[in-house]
Amino acid sequence: MPALLPRLPRAFQLVAMPLPVVPLSLLLGAVTRRMARTHPVMLRRLGAYAGKRFLIDPTDLPFVLLLQPLASQMTAHRRSSPPEHDARIAGPLSAFLAMMHGAEDGDALFFSRDLTVEGDTAALLALRNAIDDAELDLTEEFAALSGPLAAPLRLALARAERATGLALHRIDIGVLG
Amino acid sequence: MMELVCPAGTPAALRAAVDAGAHSVYCGFADETNARNFPGLNFSPDDMAQAVAYAHARGAKVLVAINTFPRAGAEPIWHRALSCAEQSGVDAVILADIGLLAHAAARHPKLRRHLSVQAAAANPDAINLYAEAFGVRRVVLPRVLTVEEISAINREVEVETEVFVFGGLCVMAEGRCSLSSYATGQSPNMNGVCSPAEHVAYSEEGHELAARLGGFTIHRTPKGAPAPYPTLCKGCFTSGPQTGHIFEDPVSLDATRLIPRLAKAGVSALKIEGRQRSRSYVAQVVRAFRAAVEAQAAGDPMPEGALARLTEGQAATTGAYAKRWR
Amino acid sequence: MDLTVGPNFFFWPSDTVREFYGRLSRTTVARVVLGELVCSKRLPFWQEEIPTAVEALIAAGKEVAVTSLALITLKRERNLTADLIDIGLPVEVNDLSALAHVPLGTPFWVGPLVNVYNEGTLNWLIRRGATRICLPPELPLASVAVLAKMGRDEGVAVEVWGHGRLPLAISGRCYHARLHDRAKDSCQFVCGDDPDGREVETLDGQPFLAVNGVQTLSQSTASVAHQVQVLREVGVAALRLSPQSKGFTTICDVWSQHLAGRLTAPELVAKLRPTAPAGRLSDGFLAGTVGAAWSGGRA
Repeated sequence: MPALLPRLPRAFQLVAMPLPVVPLSLLLGAVTRRMARTHPVMLRRLGAYAGKRFLIDPTDLPFVLLLQPLASQMTAHRRSSPPEHDARIAGPLSAFLAMMHGAEDGDALFFSRDLTVEGDTAALLALRNAIDDAELDLTEEFAALSGPLAAPLRLALARAERATGLALHRIDIGVLG
Repeated sequence: MMELVCPAGTPAALRAAVDAGAHSVYCGFADETNARNFPGLNFSPDDMAQAVAYAHARGAKVLVAINTFPRAGAEPIWHRALSCAEQSGVDAVILADIGLLAHAAARHPKLRRHLSVQAAAANPDAINLYAEAFGVRRVVLPRVLTVEEISAINREVEVETEVFVFGGLCVMAEGRCSLSSYATGQSPNMNGVCSPAEHVAYSEEGHELAARLGGFTIHRTPKGAPAPYPTLCKGCFTSGPQTGHIFEDPVSLDATRLIPRLAKAGVSALKIEGRQRSRSYVAQVVRAFRAAVEAQAAGDPMPEGALARLTEGQAATTGAYAKRWR
Repeated sequence: MDLTVGPNFFFWPSDTVREFYGRLSRTTVARVVLGELVCSKRLPFWQEEIPTAVEALIAAGKEVAVTSLALITLKRERNLTADLIDIGLPVEVNDLSALAHVPLGTPFWVGPLVNVYNEGTLNWLIRRGATRICLPPELPLASVAVLAKMGRDEGVAVEVWGHGRLPLAISGRCYHARLHDRAKDSCQFVCGDDPDGREVETLDGQPFLAVNGVQTLSQSTASVAHQVQVLREVGVAALRLSPQSKGFTTICDVWSQHLAGRLTAPELVAKLRPTAPAGRLSDGFLAGTVGAAWSGGRA
């Protein structure tokens, strides 16, 4: 039985559709650099795999992401012209966010095929483990980034989370199951 | 209450386990000295010291698995792991190798020693030998025994016994299997890995996803169907006219409902497999099993079915604990 | 360097066993380990052959030892193990718990199914009375070199897996019975149908493994034909040949000729290959790569 994960509602896909990949890359790059700075243990945990190129493919969004941990870089690309990469992980955005925020177990998502992997499996495993240990919170990362806009952005993300069912903040242990 | 021994592959998972009610957490150093030497996992010496502080402050114990078989000519790596564990103030080390046990007994006499499942001590003679020769205080029993056999063992040994109740299941006697190195060059005994991810390749072929390990096809699944990790002994193979899971189906152990019988059989501690799993998994499983051991202590019935989605291939077995498994 | 023939892994009719050891006594191998290694349920069917075989082998001037089971769990199996010591021959320990029945001061051998990976373990076993140790087949040459040197310094013979399907795993579960949809307790001894194990292929038809009751073997026949010189140099005392149903006396003979310098390694391989199931050889464990690989002499 596949996991009951929310798929991104059509309205949000449409909103995401015209998003230009260049500004998106700038925003993602800033968040990634911040995460690398505030969670140095992630790079240590990745070890030799930090230099790998990870293609993250949220299948319900119109673009793919290339993550290069060693360079603290994440860029957006059109799915029609994906960049070269060592490993690819694909699935609905909600599965990525659930895994990242500790709401779902990565292995369980792999077994159920909510997430599928190709290429350097060991590198993906290292990335998964490094992210899991870092206890990331995407909402906090975006909010911390935007200074005076922090509070409104946090509010907007909370609304988006309620509307879409996506896990956009870290699920603390106490509220699980 | 039976002691609940829980896995942690990362400091975050260790904190999750302790917060969720683990009595003990087992973990390993980030090198070939432990049998879950996977990319991105495990503890540096600093991580270990902090982990012990976190666990001890909350009344939980930390057990360190140094349970691979030291490589000839490289024993100092394993000896340093022992020293580091003792300096970190861990509550016990979990060892499998005779030479390392002898070294630990001689050089670290005050460091409590458990016998790893990798030593596959499957009868009272073996257990008593490890207890007498190396002062082992607890033995993790191999997953080849029935509940009746576990009970019989406990009548003949002085040391504590610990058994697996949840997670991935070895079909072979642990520590006595070289299937992985036959296919990939890397083995649990020597490298601390089984069916390593570096040697896994998935490929979409027609309407199927083929999973290969070291070039050997382990299984093919229709597009969209659940695809278990290609662990060698859980693969689908052909022998003569038959095709199927010749060694073991892709199932995972869940012995929740056997907990009362295991308690009666004299088992001291229950172990959860899964140092490679996420902190979310650890938290959910530990919470469910803490409720189960509390129910057992109170004489209440075992809670059921909370964990099905977390198991591999999403089917569960009681494994060798039931005799018909053989 | 000489040759040791290990215990037969398979379930053969007693006539076959009798003929096998009769022929073996006429070969030039130095020693033989015999007895039931894999499944205690088989033993009653052929144990009467053991005294005859031992007598013939000793009369032919060979050293003889009896093996323990590979996995001892049942009370009956523990008693059986305790009885081994009374036979008066050296016991080859293939499950460490057999050691509990060997009195201190009694010499014993250690078989390839005991985890001897390093100096500490080798040292402990020697102190306990081990006089001959066959290393696990999984060990790479670098480890073999360290342990063989230590064995030579200590006056203990160190053996290496020389030829035969590799014993890769042992289990509580019987795969032969499982393939026949039978429980282990009512197996009806179906493993006897496959005198060299039952072949297991991948879904893509790649030869891979062989099952033999509770034991899992390699499909390929491991052979150190291309590594004899280097094994000699590091001090390995003997090579172990593992029985198979066809051509085994030939295997013993060509190995003896190779050790005596009368056959080159390529000639040896050419003679061995036809005796291996599907002609497939491997030496990857020793060469330090993937166990199933064959160096073809490049190692």
